[in-house]
Amino acid sequence: MVKNEVTLHVNGETRSLYIRNAETLLYTLREKLGLTGAKPGCLNGDCGACTVEVNGAAIKSCIMLTIEAANQQITTVEGLQDAPIQTQFVEKFAFQCGYCTPGFIMNCNTLIEKYPEANETVIKKWLESNICRCTGYKEIEDAVKAVLTSNQADSSV
Amino acid sequence: MSWSIGKNIIRKDAVEKVTGTAKYTADAPTSNMYHVKLVISQHAHAKLKAVNVARAWDVSGVRAILLGQSSLPLTGDEVKDRPILAFDRVRYFGEPIAAVVADEPFQAKKAAELIEVIYEPLPVVQSPKEALQRDAVLLHENLASYDKVQYVYPEKGSNVANRVKIRKGTIEQALLESDVVIEENFSLSPSDHTAMETRCVIAEVKQDGFVHFTSTTQAPYRIKEQMSNYFNIDEGKIIVNAPYVGGGFGGKVALHLELIAYLATVAVGGKQVKLHYTREEDMVTAPGRIGLEATIKLAATKDGKITGAKLLYLFDTGAYSDKGTMISKAAAATCTGPYQIDNIWCDSLAVYTNHPYATAYRGFSHSELLFAFERAMDILARKLGMDPLELRKKNAILPGQTTPTQVPLNSSTVGDLPRCINKLKELMNWQEGTVIPIDDEKVRVKGISCSWKTSTIGPSASSGVALLFNPDGSINVLSGIVEIGMGAKTILAQLLAEKLKMDIQKIHVHMEVNTQTTPEHYKTAASRGTLMAGRALVKAADDAIRQLKQIAAQVLICSPDDLDVGYEKVYVREEPDAFVEVKDICYGYKYPNGYAIGGQIIGKGTYTLRHLTNLDRHTGIGKTGPEYTIGAQGVEVEFNTKDFTYKILKAYSVIDAGKVLNPQTAIGQIMGGMSMGLNHASSETFVFNDEGIVQNPRFRTYGPFRYGNHPDYIVHFLENPHIDGPFGARGVGESGLIGMPAALANSLSVASRVELNRLPLTPEFIWHEKKAGNNDDLV
Amino acid sequence: MISYDFEYAKPATIDEALDQFQTFEKQGKNPIYFSGGTEIITLGRKNRIVTNAVIDIKAIPECTVIQKQEGKLVLGAALSLTEVIEQNVFPLLSEIAMEIADNTARNKITLGGNICSNIVYKEAVLPFLLTESEAMIATKKGLERRPFTKRFNQQLQLGQGEFLVQVTTKESDLTLPFLTMKKRKQWDVGYPLLTTAALQKESRVKVAFSGLCAFPFRNEQLEHRLNACQLSNDERIEQAIREVDTPLLDDVHGSAEYRKFVLKNSLMDVLNAFEGADRRW
Repeated sequence: MVKNEVTLHVNGETRSLYIRNAETLLYTLREKLGLTGAKPGCLNGDCGACTVEVNGAAIKSCIMLTIEAANQQITTVEGLQDAPIQTQFVEKFAFQCGYCTPGFIMNCNTLIEKYPEANETVIKKWLESNICRCTGYKEIEDAVKAVLTSNQADSSV
Repeated sequence: MSWSIGKNIIRKDAVEKVTGTAKYTADAPTSNMYHVKLVISQHAHAKLKAVNVARAWDVSGVRAILLGQSSLPLTGDEVKDRPILAFDRVRYFGEPIAAVVADEPFQAKKAAELIEVIYEPLPVVQSPKEALQRDAVLLHENLASYDKVQYVYPEKGSNVANRVKIRKGTIEQALLESDVVIEENFSLSPSDHTAMETRCVIAEVKQDGFVHFTSTTQAPYRIKEQMSNYFNIDEGKIIVNAPYVGGGFGGKVALHLELIAYLATVAVGGKQVKLHYTREEDMVTAPGRIGLEATIKLAATKDGKITGAKLLYLFDTGAYSDKGTMISKAAAATCTGPYQIDNIWCDSLAVYTNHPYATAYRGFSHSELLFAFERAMDILARKLGMDPLELRKKNAILPGQTTPTQVPLNSSTVGDLPRCINKLKELMNWQEGTVIPIDDEKVRVKGISCSWKTSTIGPSASSGVALLFNPDGSINVLSGIVEIGMGAKTILAQLLAEKLKMDIQKIHVHMEVNTQTTPEHYKTAASRGTLMAGRALVKAADDAIRQLKQIAAQVLICSPDDLDVGYEKVYVREEPDAFVEVKDICYGYKYPNGYAIGGQIIGKGTYTLRHLTNLDRHTGIGKTGPEYTIGAQGVEVEFNTKDFTYKILKAYSVIDAGKVLNPQTAIGQIMGGMSMGLNHASSETFVFNDEGIVQNPRFRTYGPFRYGNHPDYIVHFLENPHIDGPFGARGVGESGLIGMPAALANSLSVASRVELNRLPLTPEFIWHEKKAGNNDDLV
Repeated sequence: MISYDFEYAKPATIDEALDQFQTFEKQGKNPIYFSGGTEIITLGRKNRIVTNAVIDIKAIPECTVIQKQEGKLVLGAALSLTEVIEQNVFPLLSEIAMEIADNTARNKITLGGNICSNIVYKEAVLPFLLTESEAMIATKKGLERRPFTKRFNQQLQLGQGEFLVQVTTKESDLTLPFLTMKKRKQWDVGYPLLTTAALQKESRVKVAFSGLCAFPFRNEQLEHRLNACQLSNDERIEQAIREVDTPLLDDVHGSAEYRKFVLKNSLMDVLNAFEGADRRW
């Protein structure tokens, strides 16, 4: 078994650990670092439940090798601190079973950071990366738009 | 004034779920576990000539390899027809054949990949109709000798796992005396729940003999019961944990992985083992959604009164029956949709095929049978030259009438369908017409459907709730409902806040279920959470109130009859200033001199469904469920007549909810259900090749809705109380879904001017039917 | 979960990458180049790609350039599709790329990875089949520059140990009028039933397809028929379709016959779009 030491910067902490090169970032986060917010849903890059932020970009952690993420800045849902999108997910009932929620939140959060004025088309392009089977997506739409609208209101003051 | 009922109370699981701290089964640390990986069948039907495991043992870390054997029990809810691991023969693509236990997941996987299975392919049966042919290959030659429960009827020497008959009135007479008769065939293939969380179980036999499971289950108490039956373990020594479940939709009711995991832990001396399905395994190996072939014959008078219905429902239960037999029963019980029809002949069958086997799916036969029946209603309306909404209204089932199983209805049990129809008509701006041209290519079209749903549930199903008071006067609610996403435990907290007239922030619900310490709730299924656990909670609250009054009566020196509980106080009804605070008595009361009376208040309550029966074998007479939730639903679609693509613009649901306890949660349930129904109607399905192999067991090719596919949802509730329900509520968890497939198919049939009688409604299917049909006279 | 183990190397230069490949090869490790890696990870899980060594090219500066020089646009093979889309230096490519997989996945999928992938679609090649483009390939003999259309036949023709470094496109081709259409079995994400990319140059329509057959292609005879201005649109399309000389895909996304129907509609849209193009563009 080939194991290599890697250094990961996760949620502001630096962690060194031994991994198999074949290990995905999702596996390492969950099994080695106990960060189980990112969820396995397909292991195929299809559903987005494992979405985390790597160097400011939303990444499906099931299709990134851990070794690729070495020395990069990684943020998982556990690294968010009262992000507005979290509040809005609560208030708009934008979750039911909650399994897709961390992935959606991470994707929404990077969207909001990168495109604080995102229009309908941009929102759709981003959010169609994740699958939710419980809601009808409407509540998620409401949550994202609530954050974007309040950002726009803030910036216009 | 309402404390909590009817308010958008924030869900009790909200913070955990948006911070990623909510723990699901697969989130438990695994450093102390072995891992299990399955070898699954690559054929839909084959003899197993050999399973060679030698090379697998060469992989480091392998602890055990399990194979199927005839000495292991056959399993199944109603008919015990399914081996835990296949031996001699496999009957569906994805069936478990072997299980490897190893230290690390990748080792288990590597070893499983090295197990060589030699198959001898057998002929494959791909549809119920094919399975019922005289010369069809039999899936279960020993069907007649399988153990089964009393009220299912497998037919010896056939592929029929169950047949339920409904005989009401005289159908032949009705057909003769009618003015108009239509007969149509409908079908849909098996598909899958695809809850976002794939199934997972952790199993362990501890040194003291106690067997522990942590599972992605909707039915932890049934795991306990069934594992005890299959393996002769004392039921009290089986402990099942059900943490948060990442969506169920019925798919996590079935006992499945637990059986394999139990064998695996036993094989390694009881050490903890984890079996976690990949998406592909979750879709094909674990049970999925039932398929259907239906023939609907309706007779009516010229003015649109339906006089008779002759119905044949052939459910594709796949290789094993699991819940398929009960699904065929549920379909029979509500076989006509929500209409009063005097003469009904219905045969509803669960039929074995070589497809992945079926279990419960949200709606439990209703979205499937309503697709067929409500399509037939539109076809009948067209033949009568009648408005489809008017036809439905004319035949709508009403209080005072009887169901197909001859249960008399009243306004509590059935609600008000005509008012639902009227409201839908208004919301959809029906008088504008159903086909509105947009341009040369596009039209905007409308389609509708009515729905009803009752649960078919074990006659003795019950639910219990315990309320444990804390010294600060706050209360812990313990209920065996599993939080699978519907927010039922928040609803319980609301009911309690209402009963005790107190701040819901001081009511704490325990989300995880542990069968050793949590009162039993039968199954978290069939939209029965609010009714059963709700009623148990109300009873437990009454019990707590009685205890509080008893002790307060001693403190206040009066009769308990003079007291009320509310505002976290027990007070004299007539003189509210005379009170004692709940926090001062809920752990007993201490007199100034040090004497103490009473102790922790523990309220308890149970609820058992009343007067449910099995169905008479020959007539179907009997009562399968308590109340009906009825509704009228519709869609508005933009359809491209050139390339047959479409966009769903709006989706409507008017549901008689009895009483809406939490509007946002209820609307969320309805919208989620509508989304699922539309998804199933438009793109979701298993695609099988000629060998019965599922071609698309992945999200990438299965066709799930994504953000942006969702229409505008218009949800409206009527509130005709269900007297038995807590505060009058009916179950609404499935109502959003069940009318949607028919509504979409009805709209697209109008738009494309060809009868679309099969799901899913892909542009290719519409193109295909247009090419084949050419019945341009349809509209 | 990938059950086999592999070495991982991340060379900083093209030469190092080539050397590393040889070294791994000598060790019998069946090396492959790794860019976004999404296909290696997902197919590796199913053992449809098996290797004992991967060479990640993302640290090679030439593989991540995005610049215009000497009248050409140079795009590094290891650019993510998102980078290609956001820079939007090649609108036709941006539009095609924007429909590949989904937004999050495009942060990981790379241009070179899509072009050199195993899947039959490889939609990112379509813009390069339609324009004057060259593939820059790292070989043992040094960098080799070849016309893209010559080098691409069903797949990018790469010798053992070679890898795609860049694709260059003539700058004046970047702004030609174009049309892209992606038709799926249903809804808005996922593999194509048929992706059509069309471009008009010197009043001729060029067209390339993905999802129609088992590989993306451009067919000159088909284009010839399509440009037969003396005929009606219907006739042109009918004749054009007859020129498709490889079997149409017949799979879970759609039957071959239905694909033909979709192709017909798409070609009609192409012709309509470029009709009176002089006025429009």
